[in-house]
Amino acid sequence: MSKEEKKVNRRDFLFTASYTVGAVGVGAVIWPMIDQMNPDKAQQALATTEVDISNIEPGKSITVLWRGKPVFLKRRTPEEIAEARAVNMDDLPDPQKDEERVKEGKDEWLVMLGVCTHLGCVPLKDKGDFNGWFCPCHGSHYDVSGRIRKGPAPTNMEIPKFEFVDSNTIKIG
Amino acid sequence: MSEHEYTPKSKAGKWFNDRLPLLTLGAHLTDYPTPKNLNYWWTFGGILTFCLITQIVTGIVLAMHYVAHADLAFASVEHIMRDVNYGWLIRYIHSNGASMFFLAVYIHIFRSLFYGSYKSPREVIWIIGLMIYLLMMAAAFMGYVLPWGQMSFWGATVITNLFSAIPLVGDSITTWLWGAYSVDNPTLNRFFSLHYLIPFLILGLVVLHIWALHVPGNNNPVGIDIKKPSKDTVPFHPYITIKDAFALLVFMIIFAGFVFFTPNVLGHSDNYIPANPLVTPAHIVPEWYLLPFYAILRSVPDKLGGVILMFSAIFILFVLPWLDTSKVRSAVFRPIYRQFFWILVIDVLMLGYVGAMPAEGIYLVLARVGTIYYFLHFIVVMPVVGYLEKTDPIPMSISEPVLTGGAEPSLARKINDKV
Repeated sequence: MSKEEKKVNRRDFLFTASYTVGAVGVGAVIWPMIDQMNPDKAQQALATTEVDISNIEPGKSITVLWRGKPVFLKRRTPEEIAEARAVNMDDLPDPQKDEERVKEGKDEWLVMLGVCTHLGCVPLKDKGDFNGWFCPCHGSHYDVSGRIRKGPAPTNMEIPKFEFVDSNTIKIG
Repeated sequence: MSEHEYTPKSKAGKWFNDRLPLLTLGAHLTDYPTPKNLNYWWTFGGILTFCLITQIVTGIVLAMHYVAHADLAFASVEHIMRDVNYGWLIRYIHSNGASMFFLAVYIHIFRSLFYGSYKSPREVIWIIGLMIYLLMMAAAFMGYVLPWGQMSFWGATVITNLFSAIPLVGDSITTWLWGAYSVDNPTLNRFFSLHYLIPFLILGLVVLHIWALHVPGNNNPVGIDIKKPSKDTVPFHPYITIKDAFALLVFMIIFAGFVFFTPNVLGHSDNYIPANPLVTPAHIVPEWYLLPFYAILRSVPDKLGGVILMFSAIFILFVLPWLDTSKVRSAVFRPIYRQFFWILVIDVLMLGYVGAMPAEGIYLVLARVGTIYYFLHFIVVMPVVGYLEKTDPIPMSISEPVLTGGAEPSLARKINDKV
């Protein structure tokens, strides 16, 4: 009896060991199959874009392409900055101060992804109920700071990583 | 399966059949005992098979001329339209074929809902059918992206962004789906690969769907179990094949009408503008067959909530066989459920209509009412009505109402009363 039990245990061990090694093997094959769909090196190489901002007048904005997505660069007027900063935090679905959305000392430059945080459409400028942007797809309204005010979008328009290379050039990414 | 053993007549046939019983399968499909009262709503299975084969054949041909690259895709589609011999015809058959496929599948699904074809013992047929429907939507969506026009690009952007609503991993999943940081060339490339794959997956599921159907046999308009073969059944060939062929011809006339006279009426003109990642079209709408779900998505003022509700609208159908508590299959004998069935039909049509309209004002109100009713129908109406409803008496056999003057339930009832 004890001899038989021992035999069974040994077989159990072999089964468990085989299944484990098999599962690791299958996993080692499946992961490359899944990961190949992530952005490849050529896509990652496009990760930064430099933009010349010397020609942008106050109150105007330009749109550039970064990683296949539009980025809005807006040079805001003092009135627009004041308007953005006068907003009561309680009125914001995704509370964030305007100061947190710009670089200190470069308050006039709003640099943000021109992508609606709802389902990824490009909002239209100088439209909507809050003097900012309006997304035509499902009706989200953004203010002069690109913060969501009304509509189905859950968050403010995203601020990408960017820096001022010099006073006339911004590097995004 | 077939009630009697089949033996091939020729010696060669017997030799082959002993090794691979294909002839037995053929004989089973020919003799398959079918309820003799199947009406024209039952011809859509055959029509759908035709649609699938049409899409596969035209699709293989189109792939010989199409280039799956963001810089070349739009031009290659125009090349198919202008330069390739009969390219315009093949592409219009393929693009309108998708719409005809969905038209037929919706009729097929509502047929099942009316006659209770999803009920025991046909739950597995129903579930396989829904899996086919899901794959059809995936294939249609990816196919719509391939011409790389404005609607292709922004449709792909909106639909893939649905996954970004998933908490924590949403953004990683969307990037993984894209293979880039936005909808871009890698996205187009993989969509083409999957668009080519899915029809063959559907074909495999169709085989399982028909196999599962041939175990219990067809449901029928009176929805009763029948003895097979008996005076209630006819052999599939030639009785059903000829009826299916006639219905298919009528269907093909409508199909050809779209292809030759209004090939673009079901599409959107914005898709003849090349994709531009900087400009979103003023009014994004999906293809007509996805509009009811789009209306449900937009009726919720919350991103995650809208996405969850939209997917629930499809997945709730998977548990339908267990939500319906009625013991009677066919709505012919269910006076209350029958009325709710037609309300559901109107509800879905209305959702489709408001899905094409801007999400504001009265349309938003209608979308919300429609969404609420859609879910109430399955979660509340089906279990409760099935439980409370006083159904009409069902006939003993198919022959009974047929031989005594038509499939009218009232007649069947009168006869039952006399007995």
